[in-house]
Amino acid sequence: MIEVIAKGFFESLYMTLVSTFIAYALGLPLGTVLVVTDKDGIFPIPWLNSVLGVIINLLRSVPFLILLIVLLPFTRWIVGTTIGSTATIVPLVVASAPFIARLVESSLKEVDKGVIEAAQSMGASPMEIIYKVMLPEARPSLILGCAIAITTILSYSAMAGIVAGGGLGDIAIKYGYYRYQNDIMLITVAILVLIVQLFQEIGMKIAKISDKRI
Amino acid sequence: MARPIIELKNLSKIFATSEGELAALNGVDAQIYSGEIFGIIGMSGAGKSTLVRCINFLEKPTGGTVIFDGQDLSKLSQKELGRVRQSMGMIFQQFNLLMQRSVLSNVCFPLEIANVPKKDAVKRAYELLEIVGLADKAKAYPSQLSGGQKQRVAIARALATNPKVLLCDEATSALDPSTTASILSLLKEINKKFGITIVVITHEMSVIEEICNRVAIIDEGLIAEIGDVEEIFAKPKSKAAKKLVFPESKYIEQFVGEKCCRIIFDGRSSFEPVIANMILECKEAVNIMFADTKDIDGKAFGQIVIQLPDDERAAAKIMNYLTSKGLTVEEVLQND
Repeated sequence: MIEVIAKGFFESLYMTLVSTFIAYALGLPLGTVLVVTDKDGIFPIPWLNSVLGVIINLLRSVPFLILLIVLLPFTRWIVGTTIGSTATIVPLVVASAPFIARLVESSLKEVDKGVIEAAQSMGASPMEIIYKVMLPEARPSLILGCAIAITTILSYSAMAGIVAGGGLGDIAIKYGYYRYQNDIMLITVAILVLIVQLFQEIGMKIAKISDKRI
Repeated sequence: MARPIIELKNLSKIFATSEGELAALNGVDAQIYSGEIFGIIGMSGAGKSTLVRCINFLEKPTGGTVIFDGQDLSKLSQKELGRVRQSMGMIFQQFNLLMQRSVLSNVCFPLEIANVPKKDAVKRAYELLEIVGLADKAKAYPSQLSGGQKQRVAIARALATNPKVLLCDEATSALDPSTTASILSLLKEINKKFGITIVVITHEMSVIEEICNRVAIIDEGLIAEIGDVEEIFAKPKSKAAKKLVFPESKYIEQFVGEKCCRIIFDGRSSFEPVIANMILECKEAVNIMFADTKDIDGKAFGQIVIQLPDDERAAAKIMNYLTSKGLTVEEVLQND
């Protein structure tokens, strides 16, 4: 049994971390584009901003469980299968990238407008402002956002158990729900709680250490 | 002094707001000469911050032209504008330092933008920190500095690319009086040492008095008056200028009714005890109703309002005495 739980634990970590990574690869640029193309942004493109905003809101309004099922053909097309932890990464990315984009957007909007103006007064281009001012200045807030994203993706990944997505959630449903083995369900839940705690704590620590304002 | 480095021609800026159009600038004309310290003063909302942002095109003017060093800024591409901005440093009321970068790294920032090799940039940054007296704080972060120190770092940063012009937007408004004085003397020193033209935006007359050669008074998006600081202090012509030079002059109105006259000190007769001599000479008593004079570079500027004796002849004698001393005397009238 311990082996099963250990396997589930590593599957959960694998799904969560890989999904977070890919979702950030999409969500970070997307969130940045949202801030930059805003009508008060450093490179306003209002139509693009509205289009992206609507797409993100649409994706975010679909409950994850439904998205998981709706995306099954898409998942099969990409990974070749719909079960197992690798297959779960697809819907996880689709669900969390827009969420991450919003997290990134709110972090970048916290950056002092005056500092951006100062960079503009030095002749910095929009790209330089993004890379040298906005992202570095928002770093502590981005790291905190990342901790939130990881814990959210972890809890999403547990839901994927319903379609045999692997990981701790899968075990909890298989043993706890279908076979009434409450002890195993409790153990998996406890492990999930611990992982969430751990990621949240680590995120807050790193954010604090990296913040030069205190 | 003869060559204008910045020329503003009929500059206007209209903001589109939800309540309709708002004109911040209504056709500003001004010339700022190379090497001078030029002040722009006005009440809040007069348009001075918009004006300074139009000089480096942080705000695009909706009309008129800005000519900097012979170039019409509106004709430049975004990239060329970036290069022009490297020859115009700017400092701000809120300092606007990068909070996640060390002091040294903040000063290096404009050099990174200008593609200066890292080694040269660090060397230049240390030189600049030396100039502003903060070389020992190079490794510190802005949050560890006081307001005055932050502004010094901002000044070092603004000077990094060897600009021709330094724009100061309310640079001392967030500082206490003694820190303000030290920042102003630093600006003065920089102006003298490096010949950098400085444009100072402020709402405080004392800042203008302290460092500026010439001043423009801006009111409702227009230049109400422009000229040498001494001249404007002595004889403010426009209403906006009078309000700034004699902020308490509203009290004078209360005295009007009796026969009063205003003596204007414009710096010519400074060390002479004018009022005392007048009383001795004319042997007439006068009542000082209001006085606001200040000493600039050993010259007296300001005004004194005195109540004249009821006797017509005595009053005329006093008026004549003052005029003969080369002072400007005018009767205080209602609604002045």
